[in-house]
Amino acid sequence: MAVLHSAPKFASNEGVIDALSAALGSMLVASREEHGEVVLTIARGEIENALRLLRDEHEYQSLMEMAGVDYPSRPERFEVVYMLLSYTKNHRLLVKVNAADNTPVPTVTTLWPNAGWLEREVFDMYGVIFAGNPDLRRILTDYGFEGHPFRKDFPLTGYQELRYSEEDKRVVYEPVKLAQDLRQFDFMSPWEGADYILPGDEKAEGDKV
Amino acid sequence: MSMQLEQSPTTTGDVVDNYTINFGPQHPAAHGVLRMVMELDGEVIERIDPHVGLLHRGTEKLIEHKTYLQALPYFDRLDYCSPLGMEHSYVLAVEKLLNVEVPLRAQYLRVLFAELTRICNHMLNMGSHVMDVGAMTPNLWLFEIREDCLNFFERASGARMHSAWFRPGGVHQDVPLKLLADIGEWLDTRLPRLFEDAMSLVVDNRIFKQRNVDIALVSKEDAVAWGFSGPMIRAAGIPWDIRKQQPYDVYDRMDFEIPVGTNSDCYDRFMVRVEEVRQSAKIMKQCLAEMPEGPICSDDRKVSPPKRGEMKSSMESLIHHFKLYTEGFHVPAGEVYVATESPKGEFGVYLVSDGSNKPYRCKIRPTAFSHLQAMDFMSKGHMLPDATAILGAIDVVFGECDR
Repeated sequence: MAVLHSAPKFASNEGVIDALSAALGSMLVASREEHGEVVLTIARGEIENALRLLRDEHEYQSLMEMAGVDYPSRPERFEVVYMLLSYTKNHRLLVKVNAADNTPVPTVTTLWPNAGWLEREVFDMYGVIFAGNPDLRRILTDYGFEGHPFRKDFPLTGYQELRYSEEDKRVVYEPVKLAQDLRQFDFMSPWEGADYILPGDEKAEGDKV
Repeated sequence: MSMQLEQSPTTTGDVVDNYTINFGPQHPAAHGVLRMVMELDGEVIERIDPHVGLLHRGTEKLIEHKTYLQALPYFDRLDYCSPLGMEHSYVLAVEKLLNVEVPLRAQYLRVLFAELTRICNHMLNMGSHVMDVGAMTPNLWLFEIREDCLNFFERASGARMHSAWFRPGGVHQDVPLKLLADIGEWLDTRLPRLFEDAMSLVVDNRIFKQRNVDIALVSKEDAVAWGFSGPMIRAAGIPWDIRKQQPYDVYDRMDFEIPVGTNSDCYDRFMVRVEEVRQSAKIMKQCLAEMPEGPICSDDRKVSPPKRGEMKSSMESLIHHFKLYTEGFHVPAGEVYVATESPKGEFGVYLVSDGSNKPYRCKIRPTAFSHLQAMDFMSKGHMLPDATAILGAIDVVFGECDR
């Protein structure tokens, strides 16, 4: 497909998957190239070794970012995505592992010091545990927060709200009370997205007298 | 009269060793709501534990509940000092998933205003950095320039800060010719006069140098290992600029230099920004000279809305307008990571689409995260007042760091 967009152009992806899958061998679970991004899926236990190989022998020097993604329908519901950057090859790579909330992912703080906070954030938001991270505290949420807010089953409004109480002279936490229901508009057209029965549709099924 | 430590009434003979203080969350030099737990030995910093997240608003979660177009204004509110730089990454990420072509004039306009944003951002950062280390006047002068920039944003988009002007497929509205003429005149007259005047007070100033030279040295290896970007990595001597290495929009047509530092200290970081302002002005002049006439938004009606005039006469345009502003456009399933050179460094957007009209996941890479994380090792062994200089040279904004 011809590239029409004007997003950042890095070095060509040609041959990258072949070269890396040969090098990674059995550590690699799946690989694909889509929308101009090379995505490699690595076996969870091998992520540290795989990233060390990519860093030391394939010139992906920097870990720019880590992201968690939640797919509740999967048996291992979380994905942890590592965005690697090679300054010398001028290339970017997405490397991911799958994880559940009770399967720890090996830490990569041994490879990059900045992985510390990135792993803390994925832990804070999704509850993915990173085995070996020396400082796996919450990072973005409040002191004493409970739950993992970016999971798809965590409500947008949260469970607690806080306000300053004039009587107690301090900030108090209370369960969320909404004056009106949270408005979630469904703009999907009925032919595509609706998961309810359109009025009249029930006549199509059932016994036709 | 000096008091003997042994006779001090408060220590009763014990020698005081390390103690811990809170820097922030309400400290004016913390550039926002940063709390740093500092362990000090006298006035020397032993350890810093930055606590971020006091401005966490759950932007990424909110975006998952909005259509792609509704999600755009959230980006203005991330780094509120360089709003268009944030929008740039997002619209490019959406365009990459859609593979939609952006007209040339829109690309020029985006680059023009992205560079104006860079100047605007650097004015705030350099001004506050200078003020953090004790000088008042340059900050006031630089804010004159920032005010001009904000007026230009207002004339282009109607809003001084939160423009929401970059849209997937182009920009929201064309700019009046007079605005481009005024920007051109401003680049030739007012900007160099005010900026060089202010810099003449700072760059060779003895006090400013004493506070910044040789503070927070970072080696090239450390800069790469900690994932530095933007002026922080360039000050370390690595000529890495995404505008140059991985050009987006029309940056590949622009002729500009990448300033790099030699000593990798706070002074170098400052000077890299000084030169970047001059280079940004150069890019803007090229944009003004080369900008073609033409459409400012994609003509793909499944992505960008029709003109209002068309809506009044064409039924199809009316339907498109209605669908785009209610349901929004659908983005093909897939995932991309798009990073641009925001004024503060690499600002990335990892966008996962499931084929619907809302992003499935939108992870934002803040520039400040890796820089602030390195605060501990950069400050070790420096004096307490140096922490403000280091923080000023990092250029943190908490809207972006905490999201």
